[in-house]
Amino acid sequence: MPAQIIQSNTTPFEKLDIDPVTLDIIENALRNARIEMDATLVRTAMSPGIREQGDAFPLIAAPSGEMIVGQFGSYIGPFLEGYDGTVEEGDMIFLSDPYSVGGAISHSNDWLVLLPVFKDGRLVAYTSMFGHQSDIGGMVPGSMPIGATSIFQEGVRIPPVKIWKNGEYNEDLMKLVMHQTRTPDWCQADLNALIASCRVASNRVIEMCERFGDDVYYSATKELLARNHRAMKALISQAIPTEKASFEDYICDDGKGYGPYKIKCTMWREGDKVILDFDGTDPQSAASINFFLNENMFKMFFGIYMIMVFDPQILFNDGFYDLIEVRIPEGSLLKPHFPAALSGRTHALGRIFDILGGLLGQGTPEFLNAAGFSSSPHLFYSGWDNREGKERDWFQLFQIGFGGIPGRPLGDGPDGHSLWPGFTNVPNEFLERYFPLRIERYATEPDSGGAGLHRGGNGIHMTYRFLADGEIAIHDDRWFVPPWGVNGGHPGMRAKKVLERADGTTEIVGNKIEDVSVKEGELLHFITWGGGGWGDPLERDPELVGLEIRQGLVTPEGAANYGVVADGEGVIDAAATEALRGKMRAERGELSLFDYGPAIETLRANCESETGLPAPIQPVWHDQDVAEAAE
Amino acid sequence: MGYRLGVDVGGTFTDLLLFNDETGAFWRHKTPSTPHDSSEGILIGVEAITKEADVAPSEIEYFLHGTTVATNAVLEGKGAKVGLIVTEGYRDVMQIARSFVPGGLAAWIVWPKPQPLAHLEDTIDVPGRMGADGKEVRPLDEDAVRAAMRKLKGQGIEALTVSLINAYVNGSHEQRIGEIAAEELPGLPVSLSHEVLPEMQEYERTLSTVANAAVRPVVGKYVSNLRNRLEQEGLKGKLSLLRSDGGLMSSQKAEEHPVNILMSGPAGGVTGALWVGKNAGLSNILTLDVGGTSTDVALIEGLEARRVRTTEVGHLSVRASALDVKTVGAGGGSIAHVPELTGALRVGPESAGAVPGPVAYGKGGEVPTVTDANVVLGYLPEDLLGGAFQLDREGAKKAVQTVADALGVGLMEAARGIIDIVNENMFGALRMISVQQGYDPREFAVMGFGGAGPLHVNAVAKLMGSWPAVSPVSPGVLCALGDATTRMRTETARSFSKLARDTNKAELASVLTEMEQQTRAELLADGVPEGAITSAFEVDVRYAGQAFEVPLTIDQELLTKDGIDGILARFDEEHLRLFTFNMDTPHEIVNLRAVALGEAPDLPANELEKGDGDPSAAKIRDHTLWMDGEERAAVIYDRAKLRQGDIISGPAIITEMDSTTLVENGCTATVDAVGNILINLNEKG
Repeated sequence: MPAQIIQSNTTPFEKLDIDPVTLDIIENALRNARIEMDATLVRTAMSPGIREQGDAFPLIAAPSGEMIVGQFGSYIGPFLEGYDGTVEEGDMIFLSDPYSVGGAISHSNDWLVLLPVFKDGRLVAYTSMFGHQSDIGGMVPGSMPIGATSIFQEGVRIPPVKIWKNGEYNEDLMKLVMHQTRTPDWCQADLNALIASCRVASNRVIEMCERFGDDVYYSATKELLARNHRAMKALISQAIPTEKASFEDYICDDGKGYGPYKIKCTMWREGDKVILDFDGTDPQSAASINFFLNENMFKMFFGIYMIMVFDPQILFNDGFYDLIEVRIPEGSLLKPHFPAALSGRTHALGRIFDILGGLLGQGTPEFLNAAGFSSSPHLFYSGWDNREGKERDWFQLFQIGFGGIPGRPLGDGPDGHSLWPGFTNVPNEFLERYFPLRIERYATEPDSGGAGLHRGGNGIHMTYRFLADGEIAIHDDRWFVPPWGVNGGHPGMRAKKVLERADGTTEIVGNKIEDVSVKEGELLHFITWGGGGWGDPLERDPELVGLEIRQGLVTPEGAANYGVVADGEGVIDAAATEALRGKMRAERGELSLFDYGPAIETLRANCESETGLPAPIQPVWHDQDVAEAAE
Repeated sequence: MGYRLGVDVGGTFTDLLLFNDETGAFWRHKTPSTPHDSSEGILIGVEAITKEADVAPSEIEYFLHGTTVATNAVLEGKGAKVGLIVTEGYRDVMQIARSFVPGGLAAWIVWPKPQPLAHLEDTIDVPGRMGADGKEVRPLDEDAVRAAMRKLKGQGIEALTVSLINAYVNGSHEQRIGEIAAEELPGLPVSLSHEVLPEMQEYERTLSTVANAAVRPVVGKYVSNLRNRLEQEGLKGKLSLLRSDGGLMSSQKAEEHPVNILMSGPAGGVTGALWVGKNAGLSNILTLDVGGTSTDVALIEGLEARRVRTTEVGHLSVRASALDVKTVGAGGGSIAHVPELTGALRVGPESAGAVPGPVAYGKGGEVPTVTDANVVLGYLPEDLLGGAFQLDREGAKKAVQTVADALGVGLMEAARGIIDIVNENMFGALRMISVQQGYDPREFAVMGFGGAGPLHVNAVAKLMGSWPAVSPVSPGVLCALGDATTRMRTETARSFSKLARDTNKAELASVLTEMEQQTRAELLADGVPEGAITSAFEVDVRYAGQAFEVPLTIDQELLTKDGIDGILARFDEEHLRLFTFNMDTPHEIVNLRAVALGEAPDLPANELEKGDGDPSAAKIRDHTLWMDGEERAAVIYDRAKLRQGDIISGPAIITEMDSTTLVENGCTATVDAVGNILINLNEKG
């Protein structure tokens, strides 16, 4: 039964004609309200994941549920459909279970609050925000167990419940929830921050209604949705062909030795409508790398990529949803059956963007970017701090890392920067001050960015020295299947993790590991992937390659990828460079649109020697349903 | 006798304001800026204004100066070539920065990658390590330091910056590198991060130190050149520069710490507004400084301007105190356009700039701007009083018509739409510094200045519900007025980083006393007499674990009386106001700051002749303009002829040499005793 919305005032809104100026003013005010939500959150949250890194997403929606302003599209529709209860004035909804909202949040670590905004007894809007909690209990610190086989092992699951019911705070509920986490202080502060942000936005919506009138506000939001619809309709008819185009890419492994997992998307247009079909995507994993992809969220990603170029000032909303149809096979990696584990979904979430870029860009190579949205690498480090002056204090670090941004039509990909909006790194002095560790190296990894006319950004080589015994976990990908280059650009270098043990031995470890004990004084080299290159590297100015040698971004050996001969000081041997480039041009044949690197079977064969890790084993599926999804 | 000269060098004009300390009489002058050497324009201006006032340059006691020389050096990458020495493993600290890409999802596709202020090829890492507890982990490798310096010398660096990990806790390795630099690189300026900014966060500390080093030679050259030329002209007065935080510093000090004058320009207007506010009897003011390409806004509460700990310059965020000035890309030159795809009306952030400028200026501009919309609507009369040129209204109409056609509305509706949207952008910026900080804008006045501020201030006041809307006396040169009327200031900051429960009153007081002595000594060295110096303190508090600190002002007396609990209670109150909740989490005292202030000059304002309320003597002519959906009759007045107490009903236009004030329909302006125009809504009914 869908949710029942109780309003003391059921007068319908009157749809008025809105002049373009008022419309733009309301659009602007909504944008400001959203910025204010972000600011409130970052200022009051406490976990490094949210306060330093910004892992949280705001939303303001229409009473009918469509997102008017926000980032990842609205989940309110699926929520209302699945919620067996009332939505009333004074209520605030709280939830974290992806299976309750059609995957609109994609793992249980994301806590979501939803505030229905009432004015004069009438529902005028929803404001909502979700943010990644540092820990929600479960098998491992950080609550993202690689070894999980079901969502029950991934910590507390919160179905839609009311934190506030008719204005009354449900203290017992919150006690119960907070009792499940290893980091109740952070969770409480972060939850407060999410709530404060929703309240701020709610006040702004009410002020807008007071300033313009409820009907004007309502009509303006409808018109904003319609405007997006019109814009997207025009774009789709221009940019999306009726012929089918496909693109596929891989998740390297599932953390249990199996991989790679294929994600495939095919796109075509039928009339006004775009079909995005994930048929051909591998079936769900028995491990936790499944990504429960919400169709609306994918529509939003698609829309943002489409419109970015044409009117970047536009306030993006849900208005165009009926122009897009997303088909995701049941039981696939992107729509797993309950109770599949979901906590390792970050790799597929990242990969979706590479696939989208490749899919949309293949028709217009001048707008095509290389790959780099490869994952959102995580490090967990936890234990009891037994250093002098500490009293066996529990510490728990969850840190998000960054790789290289791919080469772009605009130019080189920035080194070690975030592809996720709003994310920042954590200052190392902050880490050293509050956690028992020292960061011995925080630098870019030379040559890791794919060679190209526009070089892919280098990944980051971060070396942790642990100062207390503890356990670590790592979540990363792109260690087996490299990030591809485009228009002649080379693939980026793959990710790698190395432990230097106290006994002097060195150990290459996997990119999805957990429960690994580390001792005081041991070192972890956490090396992320480089972005793919863009355009022909032989066209890159040799002097620029020379400069980057002096800058330590490229090595003299790496310069060979650009056909450049240079010494350690970056001094170019012009004659040798010309000769080498001539030879390379003659030998390489035609440049392909995409350079994926070696084929999967070759990667497999060379895996051990190239990466120091055993090759992942091809997964097989026996279940009838899922076999179908796998083709 | 005593004269003060305020000089503000902007991108287009150099503004001067000469002030008689005793009578409050003042003279103002505007002359084109001379970007190749600003001192030329300044000297031309000095000559003109002293002649006009019949004052000898030697009678000018204080030469007070706001300048964008440091800002431009950063923005245009014209700073010195800085060598940077960092801790082993951290060579890319400026290259990686905070890994942040501005904008939303997919914004990385269009984000241009900025080059670090200290080039990566001029950055070298050296072995040696401090722990977060301030203890040495590995000794400094002095041979590597020397080798690095020789290499950097060979690369032709003009300044050296040292920024080592955890130097904010223990700066001894940096200190040692400084000593080695004196041997290896004699004569080269050296900046050490723990001296410039003894605060946690390696990227921000490094950036601030590098920024300081990069602009130092530029500022040094500028200041000494200016000083010499002024002396040649017989100007013997003391030269001081306006800091980003609205205080003054001696020119010598500015040469050493130019990072403190990065936002000298916008600070001038805010300090000018403070002086005007004092005279007009207004203590809570929102400032609206509207220029050609952008608008700066700030908040003044109780005649104190809000300050922030970071100075934003372009894409860089430097840790130095500044007035909390927010900038939006909305000004007279902002371009109006209608993207085909969405059919929305957009104004800015692209600007026609000074060249080609708005269509109405007739300098080759072809796209409609905010100024053109003002001209079309009749808010900017074609024959500006004192203006050297006639505005091209027909050209402006033609340009705005393109917007009207794209929107499918009439010319006037389109023009007013452009104005409404640009006003809305200003409104958004004002909300950011008021409502979003927990201030109720209805308790504030709005003051519009800069070339176009008085044109927009009335409409913006309406949006904000902030009254009166103020067009201050000489709005076009308010920055120079601010330069002339503010006082000396210096400050120092320190990381404290202790839980409140782990410290006590005595410990806090002793650190503050030490900081007080340091800042007082600096002002004494700058020639401020002991008796004229006052001290103030700020303590940054947060709930342990938060990223955001609330700065609270205290003094020694208050600390003695209320203790640390008193500070925490005030924090809880402020936190509740800002974020609607409090927490049980322990409080952390994060940073301490001490400020030393010189005496505020007690400057009288010049009173206007009293009138009888009837402004007709100042009337220039009748006029029509388009407002509230129709053509309306209005009157144009000459501001110079207005007398105190004059009452003007809107719609009306008041013009003066360099600015135009618009009084909207349904509003009434009154002229106060010293010539400020205060606009209020007519009583209802």
